[in-house]
Amino acid sequence: MKLFTGRFLTIVAALALLIAACGGEGEETGTAADQSSTNEAVNEEPSLEGDLNLVGSTTVQPLAEVLAISFEALEPDVIVYVQGGGSSVGVRSAADRSADIGMASREIKLSELQEYPELVVHTIARDGIAVVSEPGCIIETLTKEQVRQIFAGEITNWNEVGGEDMMITVVAREEGSGTRAAFEDMVMEDVLIVDSAILQPSNGAVRTTISVTPGTIGFLSFGYLDEQTKAIAIDGVLPTEENAVSGEYSIVRPLNMVTYGETEEKTQAFLDFVISEDGQAIVVEEGYLPII
Amino acid sequence: MRKNKKRFDTAMKYSLLFAALASILIVLMIGFFTFREALPAFRDIGLGKLLTESVWRPGQGQYGILAMIIGSGLVTAGAVILGVPLALGCAIFLSEIARPNLRAIVKPCIELLAGIPSVVYGLFGMVIIVPIVRGIDVPGNTGFGLLSASIVLAVMILPTITSVAEHAIRSVPKEFREGSLAMGATKWETIQKVIIPGARSGIISAIVLGLGRALGETIAMIMVIGNSVIIPATSTGNPLSIFLSRARTLTGNIAVEINYATGLHESALFATGVILFVLIMIVNSSARYLMSRGSLGKNC
Repeated sequence: MKLFTGRFLTIVAALALLIAACGGEGEETGTAADQSSTNEAVNEEPSLEGDLNLVGSTTVQPLAEVLAISFEALEPDVIVYVQGGGSSVGVRSAADRSADIGMASREIKLSELQEYPELVVHTIARDGIAVVSEPGCIIETLTKEQVRQIFAGEITNWNEVGGEDMMITVVAREEGSGTRAAFEDMVMEDVLIVDSAILQPSNGAVRTTISVTPGTIGFLSFGYLDEQTKAIAIDGVLPTEENAVSGEYSIVRPLNMVTYGETEEKTQAFLDFVISEDGQAIVVEEGYLPII
Repeated sequence: MRKNKKRFDTAMKYSLLFAALASILIVLMIGFFTFREALPAFRDIGLGKLLTESVWRPGQGQYGILAMIIGSGLVTAGAVILGVPLALGCAIFLSEIARPNLRAIVKPCIELLAGIPSVVYGLFGMVIIVPIVRGIDVPGNTGFGLLSASIVLAVMILPTITSVAEHAIRSVPKEFREGSLAMGATKWETIQKVIIPGARSGIISAIVLGLGRALGETIAMIMVIGNSVIIPATSTGNPLSIFLSRARTLTGNIAVEINYATGLHESALFATGVILFVLIMIVNSSARYLMSRGSLGKNC
């Protein structure tokens, strides 16, 4: 038994050493990064260099990736890393400075601004949310009030809004999704989405579910609209980019990038690029709405 | 020379011990960190409220996972009801009836089932099973729900149960079969009265292992179960219609929401993980218990 204790201690010691070694390495990389930043300051070169980390919303992610490629072409010494994780993760990563820029596909919540008072919000684009049904649906238009009642579970049959006699099945995103938060904000107001709604964890999964299930209704980001689902006009206005730009279609949310406190030069340069004419041209090309 | 060999021996012994300890350490660490992250939820919400409330609305500060516990329980029960007879039939066929050359074809096929990624099962469920289930004419039935999930899950636990049960059946001593046949019993009587009772504990542990696998399945479930946070209920007078209801599993709750969760919401998801951890631990240790009892029983 005593012998065993001895052995066990040896192993614990070995483990401790191992962990200490790992910790040491981490510190080293830290100093290396410090050095490079001091070098930067000493050289005072006009071009920027270093890494730029973007973390957050999976809705903003594909857009940010395309923007990053163009920015890297302008500033070849800056490497931009784009990571997903969701809007809330984006805000938190920016606030604890684990990312240079956080991405959020919704308004920044009051609670978040209170918790992290130095958050700076930069709106980089806008995105519409369309109400869609399965392709065979004969309904062309609904009022915003009808949409709210359908998603709240008060209207449960298509014949109540002028369609066939068929149960309405609501499809929504999961709690915490930026698209859901924006939809709740702009359409549902204080009403809750019905509990029996089918919840799918991504825009793509919502689209597939709606396209194969008769009687379904749901909401999708503009970028996901195609012939698999049928876009429903709200108060007679079709969810198209033109209508959203002109302001006729009102279910439009901002896509944001957030920074915390003072921004570094390279971060500011990236944000400036995104809202520049070239940056906004990319936004439009990728199917989002410019900030105007 | 001898001394060197001995030294090598000791070194090997310690490195093997290290490998064993590392795996224990990993389990302990996962348990520890999951529990630590869940602590705020247990403190602020309370274990009682978590387990007994059925409303899950993190946006409104309501965290009850009862609906998910029931969802996980029902879908697992459904999978066991559908999958176990199939898996046992398969195991008996493979070990008692199939000729060696047929067995050489069927067994790898079943083992292949275990190698299919669960997202592929989910996709299959979404485009094939869900539309078929939708054909059942009950108001509100969309195909997404417990029945579709149970069917997918039944196929997924098939290889686990089949291989463990087959092993148990094969390890029933040959003399039992010979004795039974010598006394004039038919093949089926032998299987039914001698072999299955002889392999009973192995078969039970096979089922329990399948149960553990079913409880832990995530991505395929998310794709076909509908993920609504509701306690499944019957929609017609027929009690079986409960299986047409949508539901959410404990694993699905974590996977669907963790990307967006912060603060107490995140902690509540870790708490869901702790509860799942405990459930699976209970299931696995009962499987171990049954297995150990089984080997003792055979010696008697």
